[in-house]
This record gives sequence, structure tokens and C-alpha cells, in this order.
Amino acid sequence: MCLGVPGEIREIDGTEAVADFWGVERRVRLDVVGDAVEVGDYILNHAGFAIRKIPEREVEETMAIYESLFGDDVDEALDEIGAPRGADIDLGGEQGDAEAEAEADAAVPGDTDGD
Amino acid sequence: MATEADDLKFRDPEAAQELAADIETQMERIDDPVEIMHVCGSHEQVIAKFGLRSMLPSDLSVTMGPGCPVCVTNMPEVDEAVALAEAGTTVATYGDMFRVPGTVKSLADAKAEGAAVEVVYSASEAVEYAAAHPDEDVVFFATGFETTAAPTAAVLQADPPENFYVLSAHKYVPPAMEVVAEMPDTDVDAFLAAGHAATITGYGLFEEFVDEYDTPVVVGGFEPLDVLYGVRRILEFVESGTSGLDNAYPRCVSRDGNEAAMSAIDEVFALTSGEWRGIADIPDANFVLREAYAAHSARRQFDVDPVSGDGDPLTEECICGDIMAGTATPEDCALFGEECTPQNPVGACMVSDEGTCKIRHEYGGHPEL
Amino acid sequence: MSDDARDEETVTVAHGGGTGRTRDFLEDSVVPRFGGDADGLAVGLDALDDGAVHEIGDRSVVVTTDSHVVSPLSFPGGDIGRLAVSGTVNDLAVMGATEPLSLTCSLVVEEGVSVGLLEDVLDSMQAACEAAGCAVTTGDTKVMGSGDVDGVVINTTGVGVLPQGEHVPDAGLSPGDKLVVSGPVGDHGITLLAEREGFDIEGDLTSDVAPVNDLVAAALDAGTVTAMTDPTRGGLSTALNEMARKADVGALVDETAVPVRDSVAATGELLGIDPFDVANEGTVVFGVDAATADAVVDALRATPLGADAAVVGEAVAEHTGRVVLDTGFGRRYLSEPEGEQLPRIC
Repeated sequence: MCLGVPGEIREIDGTEAVADFWGVERRVRLDVVGDAVEVGDYILNHAGFAIRKIPEREVEETMAIYESLFGDDVDEALDEIGAPRGADIDLGGEQGDAEAEAEADAAVPGDTDGD
Repeated sequence: MATEADDLKFRDPEAAQELAADIETQMERIDDPVEIMHVCGSHEQVIAKFGLRSMLPSDLSVTMGPGCPVCVTNMPEVDEAVALAEAGTTVATYGDMFRVPGTVKSLADAKAEGAAVEVVYSASEAVEYAAAHPDEDVVFFATGFETTAAPTAAVLQADPPENFYVLSAHKYVPPAMEVVAEMPDTDVDAFLAAGHAATITGYGLFEEFVDEYDTPVVVGGFEPLDVLYGVRRILEFVESGTSGLDNAYPRCVSRDGNEAAMSAIDEVFALTSGEWRGIADIPDANFVLREAYAAHSARRQFDVDPVSGDGDPLTEECICGDIMAGTATPEDCALFGEECTPQNPVGACMVSDEGTCKIRHEYGGHPEL
Repeated sequence: MSDDARDEETVTVAHGGGTGRTRDFLEDSVVPRFGGDADGLAVGLDALDDGAVHEIGDRSVVVTTDSHVVSPLSFPGGDIGRLAVSGTVNDLAVMGATEPLSLTCSLVVEEGVSVGLLEDVLDSMQAACEAAGCAVTTGDTKVMGSGDVDGVVINTTGVGVLPQGEHVPDAGLSPGDKLVVSGPVGDHGITLLAEREGFDIEGDLTSDVAPVNDLVAAALDAGTVTAMTDPTRGGLSTALNEMARKADVGALVDETAVPVRDSVAATGELLGIDPFDVANEGTVVFGVDAATADAVVDALRATPLGADAAVVGEAVAEHTGRVVLDTGFGRRYLSEPEGEQLPRIC
């Protein structure tokens, strides 16, 4: 059930897309992906639904960060990958929130009623 | 395996060995046992599949908490699904719930006895089945945590056919983490939070948790390197004696998460208190359908008494609940590997592919390796 | 069990899965009735090996049988006919009988099956026989009413002869022996799953189904093979565990050394099914004396079907009966899959 697998979008038809997972094509739904998705984008598939668009550059950058952070120097790591300090790479916590999000606070499931 | 999958950069064994060496050094400096709890079946699978525990020093334990959505689904909830199947509806279920026993039987048993049960891979497959079989009342047994609740919400918002119903057993993990953190006999020093759930919810909701419980939380991904890196980040907090929050899965997780998914969940579901298997009464951790979706609610539309029995007497000796709370290990259970095996499971932890006991049984523990 | 309990228990698909539950059924119900010693029976039912071995004069006669219920009948790389011949030829081969003497073929056909389809199946069988250098010498044909059997079921029995004492059991491992696989693992099982799920595969995904008697003969000529089996239902995991258990040794396997095709690995990853856990129908696992292991691998690589042969591990004296996998990261146990991973796979 918890199979979060990254795949590349090959075709889009409304809320449905065809994604390629290492040579295997499957249909995924885009209803809750939360981002505009285009052919060529990578998405994370969970139980037949895309739950996240993964910008490809983030894959490269994350690896570089892993390698650099062995030395525990975040700023150096960011420099190494050519990202400006305070770059748009959301590590949260200690690294601080680089993005000033204008959106409302994250929606948390609401009060108890119904059913 | 010797394949191009090695190109998956997050499976570079050399980088893993370096991280493991760092972790060993950190533990030497900390010089005290450390317990990290994760709350995700997928984390347990990658840890077990890649033998990660055998790479860690013996005084560092990574335990699995209540992170298997199948395992925490209460037996009475399975009984509800079985009763619906036996009453003549077609129950659509994810494969991993199919064999989980309720107090009398599992959906697989019901199917072998003639009830209509379909295994599906996604909520949309269940809807497609309902559309293709308008003469059947199709009830989707909606199990899983928040990551899986989003697809269920999406299909309900997309105007499903009249004969499509949902029996919601979805659950929300963060309150369970709080329950564990509040347990008097807990030794948990830090949490490795589930990356895919956080993809949906965002990591922002852990900020309060970290402050209130003074316990570090690192959000981790699911490749072997992601997990080792998450452990290393946690040990940095432990070593410095501070608690904090870190996102170690930035390629999928942001502070605010996937707002489209969250608002879908919020529109369709409400949270209510309920029981998780083995962890009685967690506040606001069970998703139930809101009034607006009553027409598709199996609980509202079908007046069926759940089957109920005394259950297998062996279940009295089953300690799945303690195992899921992280206060016991499979080896502590008298039934583990004896009366309770993947072939003949007593408790859900042995049925589910994400269950602590099943994973331990299949992949072995680590000390002697 | 009591008569009441026995009447309530029903046969399940898991009983045919080829792993634990099948074994329990055989050990509880079949072996007690038919097993036991007999004059000249070198390998009998209790060994639950790939075949039986009778010693007659200065020869050993190997007998094996299989029923084939694969669904779908036809799949990338072959069909039920090719499978039926290969399966039995291969069982003979991995007992050491690489020159099959005789094959039988018993067909059970559902009324309504097209004659054309049946002839295609027979064509496949003929081609596989030619490749294996054997012939179908006798058989039987039955038809059951529409709906009373699913499509086509084929049973094949094979007989092979070799000099006495030269048969190779699957129970012959000793600590220090190297473990060798003849080719990529998981092709057949994953291909069939993909077929059933209706995947669009870009990479090539085909069953490995083929007679491998020539490949086995090459290995036997090149070195000292101490144990052999073909990893069908239950896959490499089951085969290795059985070999370890029967010989009362442990096994240590280097996961990174086991050949797996990219397309197979990818499909398995996507579905959460391990290629080590599913059937192979043209692949052999060998235990080889350490001194001759490299020679055997070289000989295998010189055969058409053995190009990817590799040493993947070794038998050890520790953790008897269990297989430890070195993943390249940490180590863990490699266990047999439970239940019916993929029904009607062969």
C-alpha cells in the first residue's frame, strides 16, 4: 500500500496521466498532486495517485547535499551545488525556511462531525 | 541485484558505508543507548530489506511504532467489512487487508465461502468496478493513513456512481505519535517521521510536537541512504542535547505539504476518536466521512450488524498492541514463529506486509548477523 | 487430524504454491502413504527432489513428472507447450540426466478450445523436444466439458538414464561449495505477472522458459557439481533455502552478484514482488566444489543460455538451514515467500 514510487509523466488526459516507472508504464490520477504537471515531470505515485511533483533537479541536488553534509557544513554544501545561500531547497528545521509562503497555514483535518 | 537500478543514486553502497561510519562515531561520543522510533511500514520494509540494522551499532535501536495501517485497523472494523460482504455487497479492498482476520474471519475467508470480495490496487479501480457493475453495491474498504486517504477523498469528490460506497477505516498518524510520546514507559529519544505521509501533510505540523515533547523529529525518505541520513541527522540532535525538526526528504516534503490533497481530505473527512488495534482510544485519529457524503457512506446506507465472535483464543496471548506501541518486540511474543507465522497468523502484525512481526519473520533480526 | 477437522479444511491455492504449505501437504499426506525405502531406490519420495532415481544394474534411471496449469496459456517467450516439455526435461537434467530418454504427454482439454490453439501448443512442444534432443513417445488425451477444466492442462513425465551413482541430488551441498546461477533470475514469474496485469512494458520482458539440459551437461563436464536444482515455483529464495535445509548447511549470498534484468527489477519494484521469489523455467542453481567453480562458470558462459552465469555465494557451516543475503548495505535473512505469490505460474 505505501508504495511511493517516482515516475516520469509521458501523457496527460484530464485528470489521468500515463507515467513511466523505469520502463514500465502505468496510469496515475492527478486529482491530488497539488501542482501543475506537464509531460516530462516526475511524480511520486501512491496507490494509483500522484501525490507530489518532484522537480528533477531536486534529485541531483539532494544527492549533492547528502555528500557535502558529511562535512556538516550546510552553507558550503549549498555553495558547492551552486545554489545561493538561503536557496529554495526546503530543509526546514535548522536550515530555516527560505521560502516566504504567502499561502495560508497547512490545512489540518478538521473538527469532529458527520458520519 | 546487479542491474541498472544501481543508477538509483540513493542506493549507493559506498555512501551508505560512509554514513554508517559517521553514525558509529556519533554513538561513541553519545555513549548511551539511543532509541529512534519510526512510524511507517515502508520504513520498516526498507530497513529490513537492506539489512540496515546490521550496519548500526548495537546500542542504537530503531524500533517500529504504530506505522502499519493494516495492523492498527481494529478487528471490529474488519468485522464490519466482512458483514457487508456476507450481506451481499461487493467489498473492494486493498490486497494487504484481504487476509487480516477479524474476530471471526477475514475477507479472504468470506470470499472463499462465496462472498463477493475484490482486491484492488487503488481507490479509482474500486470506482471503475462500481461503474462497470451497476447492479452491485460496491463498498470500498478504505484503509490506510493520510497518504491513502487523499485518493479516497479525490474519488468521492469526483462524483462517483450511486452504487459506490466507502467504509472508512483511514487513520491519522500524528496523534498516535503523541500517544507514544506520552507513554510513561517509553524510551523513545527521537522520531523518524514518515516521508510520504509528510508529502501530504507537510512537516509544519511537527513543530508543535517537537516543542511540546522536547523530542527531535526528522522526516525521512525511503531509500536506504535516506534512512541512514535521517538517523545521522537525529543523532546530531541527540548529541547536542537539543530537540528540533528537520526535513531530510526535501525532494518530496515541504513545510506546508500538498495543499490540494489536504483540502480534499478535509472536505471529505472529519476526525474522530477511536480505537486503534492495541492502542485504545486515540483522540482525533480516525477519519470518518462527513455528512455531505452520507449518500456514499457504507455505515449510513447499510444497516448491517458486524459479525462478531470471541475470536481465536490465541489472540489473548497476542501482543501486537505492545509491539506497535514499541514497548515490545516480536521476539518477546510467545506466539512469534510458533503458533503465529505468516502462514498461520494470529495477529495483524503477522499478516500485513508492513507488519513488524511479518517483516521480522521474513528478514530476521540483526544481532547475530 | 480428527475426521471432523479434516472434513472442514479445504484445499486452497496456497497448497499449490510450491513452498511451505505445499511441503506440509506432501509431508503430512503424501509421503507417509507412498514414501519409504525400496530396493534399488537411490532417491525416493521422501527426498522431495526434482525426480526419483532407481538403480538398475549398472545404470541409474531418473523419473520425473509435472502438471502444467499456467495461465495465460501463451505469454512472451513461450506457451504451455514449451513449458511442459522444458519443465520435465529440466527436472531430469538437474538430477543429472541430461539426455532424456522418453517423454510422455497427457492432455486434458476443455471442450470448446480451438483446434488451432491446440496445434500451436503441440508445435511448441515439438520445437522444445527438438531443442532438447528428445521425443514424446506416449501419452493420453482427455476432454472435459466446457467450464469443467480451464483451457488446457498438460502433464508430462520424463525418463532419463545415466551411469549408476552419477545422479546429482539437491541435497548435496557442503560448506565451502560455491553457489552458481546459470542466468538472470525472475524472468518467468515477473513476465507472467506483467501479462496478467496488462502492463505496457517498454523494456523486454520475456519468460526464460527453455530446455537447459545442454547447459547442465556443460557444467557437469567442466567441474564438480555437488548439488543442483531448477528454481521454479517459489523462486531462487525457495531453492536456496531448500538446498541449505536438506544439506544442513547455511548459505551466504551476495545480492549484488545475482544477475537480474533491468526490466524485471523495475517491474518487481513497481509491484513490490521480489524477482528472487518467483518462478524461473530455464535457469539452474548449482552447488559447485570451490576448486572448479570458475571453470563451471566459464563453461556455462560459453553456452547460448548461460551467458550471464555467475558465482553468487557459497555454502557455509553457520546458520544451518538459513540463507543470509548480503545486500551491499547490511545483511539479512533471505526467506521463502509465503503462500501463493502468483497462482498458476507454471
